Amino acid sequence: MSAPGKSMRDPLAQARGLGSAKDGVHHWWMQRLTAIALALLSPWFVWLLVSLLDVDQAGVRTTIANPRCALPLLAFVLALFWHAKLGLQVVIEDYVHTRWMEIALQVAVTFACALGALASVFAIMRIVFTT
Amino acid sequence: MATPERPLSPHLQVYRWQITMTLSILHRATGVVLAIGAFGIAWWLLAASASNARYTQFADLAASLPGKIVLAGFSYCLMYHLLNGLRHLLWDSGRGFEIKEFYATGWAVVVLSFVLTAGIWMFALNSGVAA
Repeated sequence: MSAPGKSMRDPLAQARGLGSAKDGVHHWWMQRLTAIALALLSPWFVWLLVSLLDVDQAGVRTTIANPRCALPLLAFVLALFWHAKLGLQVVIEDYVHTRWMEIALQVAVTFACALGALASVFAIMRIVFTT
Repeated sequence: MATPERPLSPHLQVYRWQITMTLSILHRATGVVLAIGAFGIAWWLLAASASNARYTQFADLAASLPGKIVLAGFSYCLMYHLLNGLRHLLWDSGRGFEIKEFYATGWAVVVLSFVLTAGIWMFALNSGVAA
């Protein structure tokens, strides 16, 4: 930044593209929201897994097909993959300093997490509608 | 890069070890592991939605010794990340910033993460199949 008064460019032109887009805390906030959701849903999910340990496929399908299970399960996988994406994004930003590699990893992580979430939602829906 | 004349911020290795730094990096490490585990959940759901044969295949793999070791790892990571995540939410609320509190909540996370993981596995192994 040049000293004030020295530059011929007006202050708005200097700030444009660098300043707040009013989404400065969006990442932070979504990470917290998904964290709260997961803090509530993870204990339930662990209990679900343990309760399904000695259950065969038909029984697992019956359990998941119940809306009381399907809905929290949908919420859980969506919050989970969203939270995973946000967390991995920060890890890549912090540790990968080769620009092309950083971008390639961010794209890969975003696509993989989107795919993981879609596959989970698809599987739950398939169970709900075919059981 | 910093120019040679500027003072450099001391890097990690000059500090005496403190539990807080280990807990901090473990939060990231367990987060990355759990992001991988999320795809295991998608795999489980897809197997349950596919067919009895596919689900049995998945369940046998999960119940095998290597499967149990991987699941034990995931369950510990989840308990640690969940508890330390609650610690983060406490800080977000503006509390827990006294040095004594950092240590107290930190050690509580370490102890509880092992206790909860052991509790889950004792319950799971006693209640059926996994044995």
